[in-house]
Amino acid sequence: MAALWLARASSQLARRAARRHPPLRRPSRHGGEPASPWLLGPAAQPPVLGSPPLPAAERAFRRGFCSVRSFAGESSAAAASDEEEPENGFAGGDQQALDFPGGKVSLVAEMNFLPESHGERISCYRVLDDDGRTISGSRFQEVSKEVALKMYSEMVTLQIMDNIFYEAQRQGRISFYLTSNGEEAINIASAAALSADDIVLPQYREPGVLLWRGFTLQEFANQCFGNNMDYGKGRQMPIHYGSNRLNYFTVSSPIATQLPQAVGAAYSLKMDKKDACAITYFGDGGTSEGDFHAALNFAAVMEAPVIFFCRNNGWAISTPTTEQFRSDGVVVRGQAYGIRGIRVDGNDALAVYSAVHAAREMAITEGRPILVEALTYRVGHHSTSDDSTKYRPVDEIEHWRTARDPISRYRKWVQGNDWWSDSEESELRNRVRKELLQAIQVAERMPKPPVTELFTDVYDQIPSNLREQEQLLRDTIMKHPSDYPTDVPV
Amino acid sequence: MFEALREALIEEMKLDPTVCVMGEDVGHYGGSYKVTKGLAEMFGDLRVLDTPIAENSFTGMGIGAAMKGLRPVVEGMNMGFLLLAYNQISNNCGMLHYTSGGQFKIPVVIRGPGGVGRQLGAEHSQRLESYFQSIPGLQMVACSTPYNAKGLMKAAIRSENPVVLFEHVLLYNMKEKIPDEEYICCLEEAEMVRPGEHVTILTYSRMRYHVMQAAKTLVNKGYDPEVIDIRSLKPFDLHTIGNSIKKTHRVLIVEECMRTGGIGASLRSAIIDNFWDYLDAPIMCLSSQDVPTPYAATLEDATVVQPAQIVAAVEQICQ
Repeated sequence: MAALWLARASSQLARRAARRHPPLRRPSRHGGEPASPWLLGPAAQPPVLGSPPLPAAERAFRRGFCSVRSFAGESSAAAASDEEEPENGFAGGDQQALDFPGGKVSLVAEMNFLPESHGERISCYRVLDDDGRTISGSRFQEVSKEVALKMYSEMVTLQIMDNIFYEAQRQGRISFYLTSNGEEAINIASAAALSADDIVLPQYREPGVLLWRGFTLQEFANQCFGNNMDYGKGRQMPIHYGSNRLNYFTVSSPIATQLPQAVGAAYSLKMDKKDACAITYFGDGGTSEGDFHAALNFAAVMEAPVIFFCRNNGWAISTPTTEQFRSDGVVVRGQAYGIRGIRVDGNDALAVYSAVHAAREMAITEGRPILVEALTYRVGHHSTSDDSTKYRPVDEIEHWRTARDPISRYRKWVQGNDWWSDSEESELRNRVRKELLQAIQVAERMPKPPVTELFTDVYDQIPSNLREQEQLLRDTIMKHPSDYPTDVPV
Repeated sequence: MFEALREALIEEMKLDPTVCVMGEDVGHYGGSYKVTKGLAEMFGDLRVLDTPIAENSFTGMGIGAAMKGLRPVVEGMNMGFLLLAYNQISNNCGMLHYTSGGQFKIPVVIRGPGGVGRQLGAEHSQRLESYFQSIPGLQMVACSTPYNAKGLMKAAIRSENPVVLFEHVLLYNMKEKIPDEEYICCLEEAEMVRPGEHVTILTYSRMRYHVMQAAKTLVNKGYDPEVIDIRSLKPFDLHTIGNSIKKTHRVLIVEECMRTGGIGASLRSAIIDNFWDYLDAPIMCLSSQDVPTPYAATLEDATVVQPAQIVAAVEQICQ
């Protein structure tokens, strides 16, 4: 009897709610298309807490715990906004379902623990097979010949840049370097799928994104040598590039700090209603940081247009992923926060391109975060301060460096379209190498930033205590010139 | 005082659409100390953002938004909780303007209640001004009256540098008449509370009231203390302080911080560096002991500097 009454009350309230607001697929403060062509399966309706948004003219958005009084009906939230005495529909003895904060939950008599894993690993999206041929039946975002060739040549440029700068460090010409060997497809293809207005918050293994956007080899060299043309004014160690002109936030060493910042940047874009998203990169190790958890949670709650791009390259310095987490990689975590995710073959340039292209569209039009996990391998050492042969087998490294190389795989596809030839290949490599060696020579010879730059930009204006400290330093250098380098202007 | 802070927020948010507020329970709840009451209704959900409980992350979020051009005001429900945000505040907030070569600026205001309240226990009775004072790139101010609370909040929001604004739990209900016209307090200036001739008493935040209470007793005993509320904790207003020392030649610092590494410790060394020749007596510093704040009322009172101690200290200095 109670069940029947409850059903009637439910439908009554539901009808009332439907009259008041059009049916909403999900609570969105800022509208947006719920459907997406790339979505696998029906979008599960997220639990509704609080009333759906009312037009701006009406009273402010109300949220809060469903009060005990309004436990009845399909949408307890609609009942809460009714402001009338709802019928007490809470039948305590109801066996089927219960209204808890967050929505209705069905009740079962058997005790079942959710398994710790799905059993099968989440499958991985790929477009090109190991020989660079598109897999039949694969769906992917088409690229023009121009874009395809630019992608290829930038991947090659990144590889050469990495090799030469690494060597320069070994020769003692720069103090530090870290490579993106094996992750060229991730770097370039993801950058190619973005627009120039999208804000990039890198970890540190994504210089390719900056390269794609137009950072020159000379500008890279200037930062590594810390000379007076470096945009960072010689204050950061090598590879900590940053360019506000190219919407690439300055690299900051601590892991995953950029994740909540990306949510903030996306929040700013949302406030400005810009047709752009934020994208932030991090490795498998970065997903263990507290900031990863909170950033994803925030982004979901705030409906922020941000792409969380995880480069799962198997290693966090010497920690393999088996010791980093016990989940099925990173993509499964998206669901825990209510975030859509995809696992993609990180060494497949076209797959990365397509996934980021789709993710960006969803992020902006639907106002939601997206998690992309790209499976790849860190072919190089963690950095010039590391020798990875100490903790992993050399043949594993070799295998990924050769058989799974993203550049040669993509080259096969480009050549297969008759868009590229061997002569163009050697011409490109020679040109880039020459340009890079030239840039390094120029950067090395350029003077370092003057001592004044030690004290500027700590605040917007130099305060008196720093001015005093600068004077003190200058006096000391003048008194003991032989103790200080001669090539730093005072 | 909470109304003064709120007025400042409302005025600045009306003037500049990039100013926004984020923190726990700041939106519909109106903030734990009512500083943001009514703001969500006035400015909407997006400009007054309720965040989940992750201080490091919403501070990081504020930094990211600031780098993109917004001017967030980040509220810590209690300054003690901002210890969780220390990484973002020190590594990013303070540093990024410098390490990016000036390309990105971080005009955030980080604010919240701190200090010893009434039996709130150790975790809710912290004085973080001493923990943050080393971070390069940060500015710190402490408000103590409704007048300077409103002025400092406005100045902090307008500043291009990251500013940490320390409020005190026990001062939110202070009442004072403040001007209707718009005014701003200078972030780097100290406030002359009571001019005098015999001794310079430097203090800030709640201790200002203990000092003024002690001053009444001292005046009755024939002393003429000069009381300065230093307000700017980083950098110190050595100009005002110096002028005072040159006049009185005696200094007493009264603070709520712990003895070791407190604001008083830094202030003392700054005074010695700059005004050694003007001192006729060693600088005295009254501070809390190096203990976590106890819960029991009698113990709590014993750890905070009381007016009687201030009177005794002045008598000792002026011998």
